[in-house]
Amino acid sequence: MSGVARQRSSMRLRGRSYMAFALAPEPPVAEWLAELDDWLRTSAGFFAGRPVVLDLAAVTLTSSAVTHLISELAARGIRIMGIEGADAEKLGPGLPPVMLGGRQAALEAIEARPRQGAPVATAPEPASLLLQSPVRSGQSVFFPTGDITIVDSVGSGAEVVAGGSIHVYGTLRGRAMAGTSGNREARIFCLRMEAELLAIDGFYRTADDMGTSHRTGPVQAWLDGEALMIAGLDRSS
Amino acid sequence: MGKVIVVTSGKGGVGKTTSTAALGAAIARTGQNVAVVDFDVGLRNLDLVMGAERRVVFDLINVVQGVAKLPQALIRDKRIETLYLLPASQTRDKDALTEDGVARVIAELRLRFDWVICDSPAGIERGATLAMRYADEAVIVANPEVSSVRDSDRIIGLLDSKTARAERGERVEKHLLITRYDPGRAARGEMLTIEDVLEILSIPLIGIIPESEEVLRASNIGAPITVCGHDSPPARAYNDAARRLAGEALDMMVPGEKKGFFNRLFGRRAA
Repeated sequence: MSGVARQRSSMRLRGRSYMAFALAPEPPVAEWLAELDDWLRTSAGFFAGRPVVLDLAAVTLTSSAVTHLISELAARGIRIMGIEGADAEKLGPGLPPVMLGGRQAALEAIEARPRQGAPVATAPEPASLLLQSPVRSGQSVFFPTGDITIVDSVGSGAEVVAGGSIHVYGTLRGRAMAGTSGNREARIFCLRMEAELLAIDGFYRTADDMGTSHRTGPVQAWLDGEALMIAGLDRSS
Repeated sequence: MGKVIVVTSGKGGVGKTTSTAALGAAIARTGQNVAVVDFDVGLRNLDLVMGAERRVVFDLINVVQGVAKLPQALIRDKRIETLYLLPASQTRDKDALTEDGVARVIAELRLRFDWVICDSPAGIERGATLAMRYADEAVIVANPEVSSVRDSDRIIGLLDSKTARAERGERVEKHLLITRYDPGRAARGEMLTIEDVLEILSIPLIGIIPESEEVLRASNIGAPITVCGHDSPPARAYNDAARRLAGEALDMMVPGEKKGFFNRLFGRRAA
């Protein structure tokens, strides 16, 4: 192993749009928080793991008040991914980024995910995708619901994105991104590693950071804390 | 019904036009009817390499748009009477090509010729995708360089997804032609080896054309290398490639290497 990878923030390689809840506090904020507490008592865990944007258009808060509000929300299990309706310059560093261009959306779009502890009977989605031909340069394989297995090579300039693990029974020369829907247990396996980029749950290493020690023989990559680890499969890991 | 072949590469300057002319002439010399079609609208070159630039009256765009009939635009080669050229227009751009028009012209060429060889422009835009659109088979021209090989890989992906055959669920058969192979540089490790290229692209190889002054000389006098220098190493390599394209099984040799090593490799990799 060429040591632990440097810590990296989440990767933003391509533009994507997502559905998120917008929380809009109203003045006075203390009373609004109390109302929120009342509501949460009947819907505990509603916001757990959900994307939430804080809409500050109706209130005037200083940077430190916003920081305080976000920590209050965090104490209630609400993580804020972005801020709307506020001036980017007034908010200091360390706060979530200011989001622009948000549009109203039907709540069903974000409600689609079944609530925790309330299993919904639906046909199980396929958990794996099998490809038996090379993934050529410029092609992109995206399978957010499970593992991708490729019984061939992945060309330089190709991209394989999986919600689960990625298995390449050939040479991996392009980019492989596993665990993109937040699966930290996902791994990347390949018979020969010449990848341009490896990523698991947003933590990535480029070819430059990998060195050449893994260039022969089968390799796996996994996540240890916030470090992307790479090691030969023949060595104990 | 003739066979439609696209000569393509993604990258420019690798030898598509030279290879189109050389393969077309080599096949036509066997007595079969061959049309070579220049799809590089706006930057035409095939007429120069074929030595027909002073006889161009109508071109592919005229035929696509119905201004001229196909026989009016076809130029017969002065040296090989079964070889014809359908030139591109130099004054128009690729937007003048329509999918329906190209389909009609290719269908008509297919009826008249045994082989229709389309010289694709570089890139992956409209001109290149239309050149490959109705192809039955493809010759992918690559130099043993990383950039060329990656572009070829991209083109192979497009052949598998954007052609009429692919959309019908059929395969476009692919053949690899490695050009500008320099034995000296290969020996010094300054180029990808043939083995590397085959490993990355994993399609069958039909020829390795050595880098040679002869090729340049042939272009300058306006004759396909298989016509004017038919005993030179590149001409022999092109002749063999044309025979393999027609289905013959011939031993392959890497220029500058002892026979034997590569036969084993070729048998394993690309048979």
